Amino acid sequence: MNHASKDEPTSVSTTEPPPPGTPIIEVQDLGKHYGNINALSGVSTTVNAGEVTCVLGDNGAGKSTFIKILAGAHEHSEGTMLVDGIARQFSSPRAALNLGIATVYQDLAVVPLMPVWRNFFLGSEPTKGVGPLRRLDIDRMKRTTKQELSDMGIDLRDVDQPIGTLSGGERQCVAIARAVYFGARVLILDEPTAALGVKQSGVVLKYIAKARERGLGVVFITHNPHHAYPVGDRFVLLRRGRSMGAFPKSEMTLDELTAMMAGGAELEALSHELSRDLGADSAIAQQMVADVAEIESAMDTPAEPEGRTRG
Amino acid sequence: MATATAQPDERLATTGPVARLLKRPEIGALIAALVVFLFFALTTETFATPAGASTWLQTSSTIGIMAVAVSLLMIGGEFDLSAGVMTGFTGLTVGVLTTHWGLNIWVAILVALVLALAVGALNGFMVMRTGLPSFIVTLGTFFVLQGIDLALVKLIIGQVAIQGMSNVPFYDQPQKIFGSTFSVGGATIHVSVIWWIVVTIIASWILMRTRAGNWIFAVGGAQGASRQVGVPVFRTKIGLFMTTAGAGWLVGMLVLFRTSTVQSNTGIGQEFIYIICAVVGGCLLTGGYGSAIGAALGALIYGMVNQGIPYSGWDSNWLKAVLGVMLLGACLINNWVRKRAENAR
Repeated sequence: MNHASKDEPTSVSTTEPPPPGTPIIEVQDLGKHYGNINALSGVSTTVNAGEVTCVLGDNGAGKSTFIKILAGAHEHSEGTMLVDGIARQFSSPRAALNLGIATVYQDLAVVPLMPVWRNFFLGSEPTKGVGPLRRLDIDRMKRTTKQELSDMGIDLRDVDQPIGTLSGGERQCVAIARAVYFGARVLILDEPTAALGVKQSGVVLKYIAKARERGLGVVFITHNPHHAYPVGDRFVLLRRGRSMGAFPKSEMTLDELTAMMAGGAELEALSHELSRDLGADSAIAQQMVADVAEIESAMDTPAEPEGRTRG
Repeated sequence: MATATAQPDERLATTGPVARLLKRPEIGALIAALVVFLFFALTTETFATPAGASTWLQTSSTIGIMAVAVSLLMIGGEFDLSAGVMTGFTGLTVGVLTTHWGLNIWVAILVALVLALAVGALNGFMVMRTGLPSFIVTLGTFFVLQGIDLALVKLIIGQVAIQGMSNVPFYDQPQKIFGSTFSVGGATIHVSVIWWIVVTIIASWILMRTRAGNWIFAVGGAQGASRQVGVPVFRTKIGLFMTTAGAGWLVGMLVLFRTSTVQSNTGIGQEFIYIICAVVGGCLLTGGYGSAIGAALGALIYGMVNQGIPYSGWDSNWLKAVLGVMLLGACLINNWVRKRAENAR
């Protein structure tokens, strides 16, 4: 493990975000193998300022490997990664963070028993005073936490409450707000909606849209095309460690996205889920059931290149 | 957890000082301390007299210094079972170096401090590098130090107690710092009480008002998450183990210069009392929650019960039974207080 050995957390760049559409991260044929196991290969896409790049794939598709490379937890072994046009190979999460690439993991990296404001600044606490009187700037910490959260549209009653008392969606949003405050230009969200109910997921999607509006590049990892499609500008599909391509939203409908992602069994479950979420009688659900057959035939068209598959 | 928020929210019913006080982890210990004090003050003659108070304050002080250090470590999610024997180890080091080898007493005190910090760092290093529970690692150090205290000391000086300490040159210099007494309102107060108060204030300050304190809560509450957001987990934990070892050195000196002797078995069996005091003061055994002031209050309760029982004319062996009941009671109260704290938002 790479233990932080610095006294101060490195201050992150807080420059104004570049105009929307500017590429921040560009990856070309990115890949990673562990010994003889190909965990990921052939991923090419861009993360632009003010846009959401969705990474979709089922369990084991290589989503985690991909974000770990972007986040600096793993180094890639194939292809190139450009950040602001400069080729990079991250040796630690800190290196990614210093370039403004922040990751919000599934476990959110919060300490449940600590108050929201202490969690918000954990690891990068502002201080005042010098020498032995150097102390936390508690007033500023509380004020900033409240301010930043309300800027993200999260209205907390009391930043003094333990963060463990917040709902899953709220905690997710605190983690996002924290990353944004600490100068993130690119936000990597690891399955932020995975453990949430329908309503809470909607709340999180709203904050993703909000982060995009603020000019951040967002990498949104999910296995749910219905969460990805409304907020995404670009879709990277992964299956069994290989990229099936990156598609702009203009070239893709939700149905095609779903079809490319899901296998037959998932489709069945999906139409079931849809009819449950939207009501079995709703027009969309009816349509969806009808589409399943159509999609199943579409599945047979080879979206997946032949050749290397990992064992 | 701290002072009032910058701007109150209109949805928050104004919480009175009482409600805010009830959220503090040390509230249970504060109430218990008052109850214990009133009980012995009303039922015995000597307890509330200046002479009585100076006795239980002195007992509380040395236990309290250790309990405060141990509470920081426990909030950081670890145990140190070698904390008790460390008080004997450092005292014996100074004793052997000065009485047997004639080393300058200040140098000997410094050597003991360095040794203690080294053992603390080693404890922390082993816990962090091996991933073994600190309970096991420090249990190992506990027995190793206990063996050294007995066997090595006996090998060098041929007995298991330091003698002739007060004849060592310049003995009265450190004795002023660690072993003197002064008088307040007819009570003879040992200087260790001042040390206890100072240590408690510093520990509380660090815990509640500094970045290091934030990190202590964090590494105890969720180590993986702390690492992800850039908290120096390794450094924080090593620092905590060195703190308890350093406190062991301080108490070792306080005991040595108060009694001018130290035995090979000094401090053995005390390690659990420190943990009990910390738990009574509101620390969670699982880490991430607790208070240094609470631990100091826990030690105060221990000191008062410790002296109150003989004052009441009971067999002093009942102390252990009382301690056990106190520990269980404290855990139940802490549980309740914490649930209230989490719901009272």
